[in-house]
Amino acid sequence: MLKHVCASALVCAAMLSVSGSALAAEPPIKIGFPIPLTGEIPKVGESTKYAAELFREEVNAKGGLEVGGKKYPLQFIYENNESKPDAAVNVTLKLITRDNVLAIIGPQSSRQAVPAGAVANDNETPMISPWSTNPDTTKNRPWVFRAAFLDDFQAPVAANFAVKQFNAKRAAVLFEISNDYSKGLADNFRATWGKRHGKDSVVAYESHGPKDQDFAAQLTKIIAAKPDFIFLPENYNFVALIVPQARDLGYKGPFMGSDAWGSAELMTLCKDACKGLFFSTHYAAAGAQGATKEFIDKYSKKYGYVPDDVAALTWDAVALITGAIQKAGKVEKDVRKMRKTIRDSLASIEEFKGITGNMRFDDQGDPIKCAVIVEIDQKGEFTFKESVCP
Amino acid sequence: MEFFLQQCVNALQWGSFYALIALGYTLVYGVLRLINFAHGDVFMVGAYLAFFVSTGLLAPEGMFGFSREIVLILTIPLTMILTSMVGVTLERVAYRPLMRKGAHRLYVVITALMCGLILENGNLALLGASRRTLPTLLDKTVYNIGGIAVTNLKLLVVFTAVLVFFALYFIVTRTRMGMAMRAVSWDRFALPLMGIPLEQVVVFTFALGSSIAGLGGLLFAMSYPVLDPYMGAMTGWKAFIAAVVGGIGDVRGAFVGGFLLAFVEIMVAAFLPSTFRDLFAFSVLLFILWQRPTGIFGKPLTTKI
Repeated sequence: MLKHVCASALVCAAMLSVSGSALAAEPPIKIGFPIPLTGEIPKVGESTKYAAELFREEVNAKGGLEVGGKKYPLQFIYENNESKPDAAVNVTLKLITRDNVLAIIGPQSSRQAVPAGAVANDNETPMISPWSTNPDTTKNRPWVFRAAFLDDFQAPVAANFAVKQFNAKRAAVLFEISNDYSKGLADNFRATWGKRHGKDSVVAYESHGPKDQDFAAQLTKIIAAKPDFIFLPENYNFVALIVPQARDLGYKGPFMGSDAWGSAELMTLCKDACKGLFFSTHYAAAGAQGATKEFIDKYSKKYGYVPDDVAALTWDAVALITGAIQKAGKVEKDVRKMRKTIRDSLASIEEFKGITGNMRFDDQGDPIKCAVIVEIDQKGEFTFKESVCP
Repeated sequence: MEFFLQQCVNALQWGSFYALIALGYTLVYGVLRLINFAHGDVFMVGAYLAFFVSTGLLAPEGMFGFSREIVLILTIPLTMILTSMVGVTLERVAYRPLMRKGAHRLYVVITALMCGLILENGNLALLGASRRTLPTLLDKTVYNIGGIAVTNLKLLVVFTAVLVFFALYFIVTRTRMGMAMRAVSWDRFALPLMGIPLEQVVVFTFALGSSIAGLGGLLFAMSYPVLDPYMGAMTGWKAFIAAVVGGIGDVRGAFVGGFLLAFVEIMVAAFLPSTFRDLFAFSVLLFILWQRPTGIFGKPLTTKI
């Protein structure tokens, strides 16, 4: 009896391997994902894996990725970086040296992406972090790229949009002095705006501390300067305090924000006061069109919820890598040579049409892309308004 | 001029909160010579209690069927009563056992600091890090008087602070309980010999101070509707400084000190870069204390803390 089972199992295995090799004559293209499946941000890891799986299944259903007339199946290896920097370094190294992946996608958060980027760069393996926004991730690392724009980049975007939407000439800024993100964005905005509209066009430039709740003094000063709009590169909890207080002081003009506004909690805290305001971000699910809408529909159908920015950026990162392989036109046997080919191909992409906007890379490996402007509509939803380029 | 007057209005509103909290510090200090460092966090608990009371009364649609005005009117006494219970519990659990054992006042102050941290972190553990917001209890109307914007809520806040101050001043100087409170601060050990129930007076003091903190918490949550567990710490410390500058132990001192601190803070932010606000504001206060170490209304005492 046992013998029978063994024999049939063997036969089955043999058949499987035959049929397998018949379907995919070529060896798989291996891509590694050092992502946070547990730890502080497991949801980020889940979004990454779901988006990547969606992509892989779609390509493999067509028989694989077509490169130079041949079809190669995609093989994605997911490793858990536990949302920790040290674990991110270990699993990235493991993916590169033991699994011999051709490219790395991830880690997502800058805390893991900065150290993991060093590993990828030292081992000459192309890496794309979809979500990291810290400049150090890609700085002086020719092998490391990212799919999200840098924090500072939103300053010119906000400036462009304000000119177009509010016909603004005089800007005011209120920011949090102890927050690098907020301060960096505010400084950058002041420089951009001043360059365009003259030295005194930023009519008020005010700051506050990390624990402040009353902004009346700063806002009175801002309102007295009569700005056309107020730029608020703030975390959403401050937005919910600042906007109503400004209205109480008689300010009727518009506000413009940055991607730190994009939390679901914003509207529960801010209620009606924030409706009709705008902020810039990576991607907006509501009101999306074209390929972005297609992706959102496929994702929501399969997993039962609307994909977040991590999922959308991951999809673009996978598409960037596979696109670079297709553009190279060949898959070499030698892993090291192939990694070099992919890197060169990535760096020379002229225009990539992603679901988070069109992009190409600058010489630091950071994308030159457009941001999405979101309008908070009357139902309190974040709706796609338009995409704005720097 | 308009700009200056608007900033004065801002300072009046902000100062009202400092004054309401500082009154609680000063009451307890005046009676027990104890700095109740947990008071800022009692204020935070007051804001959260206001949140729970008002959402509880509003949320189950049709369960009570109260209109928002009635909810506001009910929330005020309920929040004050519940917060005073928190204050009294602190006194019962943390301070009284130490006082009875005759511990030095320093240990009680440190205990108060710890109680504040326990309240903060207990809240964090129970309710999580996500922030809460009070339901709208009062429809805001913005009045524009000669270019100065005032809301009905701001008027309510300032009015309440002034009212509370006069009520307290009346209690302390004109009632039997107030006389007993002043007697405790004169000589705690001779008091029982005169037949005055010491512990009752202490409990009353804590209840009074905490209920004012609760009222302040409710108004604060209405004015700045983002609640988080650490909201009381910074505001509480600043209010304590206000009480010291005004002359801790004196009700008038807390009231004046609260408004003084707010005026200095707001005017520094108004006429200097806002980055320097706290730096300049506290330098000014340091200078005041340097000139009058016992604060504006304070009298020199041989033993403090």
